Amino acid sequence: MRRSADVVVIGAGAVGAAVAWFATRAGLTVQVLERGQIAGGTSSACEGNLLVSDKEAGPELDLALYSHDVWTGELDEYAGLWEFERKGGLVVAASSTGAEGLRALAVRQRAAGIEVTDVPADRIADYEPYLTDGLAAAAHYPQDCQAQPMLVTAHLLRMAREAGAGVSTGTTVTGLLRDGDRVVGVRTDRGDLTAGAVVNAAGTWAGEVAALAGVRVPVMPRRGFVLVTEPLPPTVFHKVYAGEYVASTQSSEEGLQTSTVIESTAAGTILVGSSRERVGFDRTVSLPALREIAAKALTLYPSLKDTSVMRSYLGFRPYCPDHLPVIGHDPRAPGLWHAAGHEGAGIGLSVGTGKLLAQALSGVAPDLELTPFAPERFGDQVLRETPA
Amino acid sequence: MNDPIAMTLDGRTLTARPGQSVGAALTDAGVRSWRTTRGGQPRGLFCGIGVCFDCLITVDGRPGQRACLVPARAGLVLETAPASPSPDPGHQRRDDRDD
Amino acid sequence: MTEPRPTDPARPDPGAPAALSQLDGPPAGRRHSALPAHRSGEAREVDDRWLRAERSGGVYDVAVVGAGPAGLSAAVTAAEQGLRVALVDAGAQPGGQFWRHPDEGAAWPDEGRGQHGWRRFTRLRDRLGRLIGGGRVEAFAERQVWFVEERAAVWHLHLTTTHAAVETPAPRLVRATSLVLCPGGYDRQLPVPGWDLPGVMTAGGVQALLKAHRSVAGRRAVVAGTGPFLLPVAEGLAAAGAEVLAVCEANSVTGWGRSPLGAVSVPGKGLEALEYAGALLRHRVPFRQRTALTRVHGEGSVTGATLSRLDRTGRVRPDVPPQRVEVDLVAFGWGFTPSLELVSAVGATTRVDVDESLVAWVDPNQRTDVPRVYAAGEVTGVGGAVLAAGEGELAGLTLALDHGVPVAGSRIEALQRGVRRHRRFAAAMHRAHPVPQRWAEWLTDETMLCRCEEVTVGAVAEVRDVLGAGDARTAKMLARPGMGRCQGRVCGFATAKLTACGRSLETTDLAPLAKRPFTAPVSLGELATTGEGED
Repeated sequence: MRRSADVVVIGAGAVGAAVAWFATRAGLTVQVLERGQIAGGTSSACEGNLLVSDKEAGPELDLALYSHDVWTGELDEYAGLWEFERKGGLVVAASSTGAEGLRALAVRQRAAGIEVTDVPADRIADYEPYLTDGLAAAAHYPQDCQAQPMLVTAHLLRMAREAGAGVSTGTTVTGLLRDGDRVVGVRTDRGDLTAGAVVNAAGTWAGEVAALAGVRVPVMPRRGFVLVTEPLPPTVFHKVYAGEYVASTQSSEEGLQTSTVIESTAAGTILVGSSRERVGFDRTVSLPALREIAAKALTLYPSLKDTSVMRSYLGFRPYCPDHLPVIGHDPRAPGLWHAAGHEGAGIGLSVGTGKLLAQALSGVAPDLELTPFAPERFGDQVLRETPA
Repeated sequence: MNDPIAMTLDGRTLTARPGQSVGAALTDAGVRSWRTTRGGQPRGLFCGIGVCFDCLITVDGRPGQRACLVPARAGLVLETAPASPSPDPGHQRRDDRDD
Repeated sequence: MTEPRPTDPARPDPGAPAALSQLDGPPAGRRHSALPAHRSGEAREVDDRWLRAERSGGVYDVAVVGAGPAGLSAAVTAAEQGLRVALVDAGAQPGGQFWRHPDEGAAWPDEGRGQHGWRRFTRLRDRLGRLIGGGRVEAFAERQVWFVEERAAVWHLHLTTTHAAVETPAPRLVRATSLVLCPGGYDRQLPVPGWDLPGVMTAGGVQALLKAHRSVAGRRAVVAGTGPFLLPVAEGLAAAGAEVLAVCEANSVTGWGRSPLGAVSVPGKGLEALEYAGALLRHRVPFRQRTALTRVHGEGSVTGATLSRLDRTGRVRPDVPPQRVEVDLVAFGWGFTPSLELVSAVGATTRVDVDESLVAWVDPNQRTDVPRVYAAGEVTGVGGAVLAAGEGELAGLTLALDHGVPVAGSRIEALQRGVRRHRRFAAAMHRAHPVPQRWAEWLTDETMLCRCEEVTVGAVAEVRDVLGAGDARTAKMLARPGMGRCQGRVCGFATAKLTACGRSLETTDLAPLAKRPFTAPVSLGELATTGEGED
């Protein structure tokens, strides 16, 4: 482990890995610290969605489109390493009201630069032959992609390491070194490190790291379950989801919400989601949530009724009250930077976040304005409590 | 009640003694494998007690049944499973997760 | 721990002595009379009933999962103490893996052939029959628990069939105040090159075919691995007419001498081993110590095997040429490992046993650290049927005690002494039959590690060495061993060993691979409708 670095990154998930890689490539010396193992948090408990289809015009969409360009541009040569696939998304609506909503969303998204094709009811089977009959409409989003998030994380870290970065797992940050207000390093259970910049990429746990600096970053966990079926012959070809999914990603409800998201994997399994609950870090497997996910999925794919479910997994989306990530320098604790709170879109947004933050860390004006993601937007009060 | 039970395997007759499993009947008939993995490898009985899922077979049209657990019954229609079609092997994406 | 008991007229008054007399015969008017001892050629009513519990009887005092030596003993003991018991088992008939036997309805002439402790089983079965007839036990056969949850201090077991060729019969939900987990175990496996060829089976699988189906898995066999269980498998194969070329024991059985206390504490076990040794001698089966089956040969199925002499560390001895034998059956067993999913699902604490298997932690009364959950048998540490039955009985009595039924302390203490004695023996046995330290050196990069997902040893080594997978969970996420249908039940141990790089396994190495939220596969349709009309 380095004892001093230009940049110390706290957290070895997809976002931390992307920051480490782009910062290293920008010529900075980087040390990544991870209390667990690589991709041990939400990055290994998600679906690897790189979506534009579920976003309305605004800063998150801008970041998603920017990230899309990074994935398909300078990172394209590595696509095979992390099983990058341009599989496209198909959003479906069951009712005529839902269909109207879908069409209206498409109009707004097209204006914002998203590619979207309206699919009439009688053409849905061309895209997804096993979808239930009688759907009202669908929309096809060719820019929606997929990647294997653990491989994304592991390979970005490997590339950073091979370019000179240090990656230390099993290392817990217990405090921040201060020089007056300024954050000048970290204290860990394996010794102190000095750093020009400390990047908080702790995902759902970013609030705890911010609290070490006495600042508030209100990242909260939003639990989700996914079911994994037995391997099947090809049955689901796109990322298929119900139109209500878009609404549920933007909701702040506490209680259980489910909306169908289904996709197959090359292993032959089908991933069936999704659920959202604000229950803290409760890891209890909730049968009501799993049951509702299964029941809703069967309304779209009734032929999966006899398909076996092998397992389920759960993860905690890092969620901020305004559903936007926290990216950039924190003026409340100079020297501390944040790259966290990407909710359910962290894998897709990771590379854009990493590249933009590396630009800012190098003193270059970022390609995209980071103001909407400013850490101090939640108020500048300094808190002593740890967010839930 | 101890007369042999007649089933079919891919259309051919397969007999079992009463109380035997489909897997045991296949073993007695000298059939050692009846499934092909995605990688193209043959599979038959391995653990014999329902743990390993190697011995999957299609029973009366329902795929993915454990031959070692399914009791032989007269008239069962057994089918060996073809290899699951694999997407482009050069681009294997295996992206489900676990926690 | 002790729960206030709801009033139940079927239960004896806590002030009265355990009402065993009530159970001498079933209440008048019941369809099932006291069952005659089982005679061959005669289908018994109990089996009919065992298969026919169609309705869950409200909240049981206790649900026992598993009807092997431990579960049968626990269920019978608890029911005889007056508790209402639900008994759930994957088998079509009681006995578990240890007492697997031919279909009782099909009149096999010699159902006890090849069995050990068969009288113990038939006595348990008869007691169970009486209890079922008397309405004290309801048995749910050919069901697996796919999900367990606690709601309002009641355990809910969600059931599915073991084979989906038929719809899951009702009830799909069994509720009980307490749980006794006796899920048993299965053969522990280590990969070697070629072990994924048809014709390679687990030793237990070969034994199950012999005992339950009278099927012989091959004509020319090698039985290999480690542990005393290799002997009865070889003996069973030889007695059934197969030619057994060798029993390859990776360790030296003089290792028994290292722990004299354990070896002499259960004298019957020594005699058992002598019996097998005698039988192997009669069948002219060579017993090779410090020998491993290091490679299986064949195209499409097994045609041969390489037997290698090992040194003390488990390395193949360079000075002894390996022997190539022609076989069509390989039976592998590296001891057993418990089915731990239910223990993990209820959140009970686990520990690593002497043999490096992850097992449930229990107190001296078979209580786990989760209130109203008990565990008995192999799940608390592999130790054989006698120990399992003792633990089951102890769990049954503790359960009664915790439900407010008075139980003589002396009876519990006697059982505890027996359990401790057998546990010492088991520990000595495990110490004499470790997985050879340098077993991984027998492997090549191409050796299949995960049979389901077809992940090689080399693929796991790569994510470990190149991508920085520092533990078994991360290796599993990046290379996918254990992500297939068996959910790591077969390759989990080997994956943990390979990522631990020679270090002794700890709970943190094994627990992530034993976590299976769905304790058995369930269909999406069943999941979508679970609980409907049942609670």
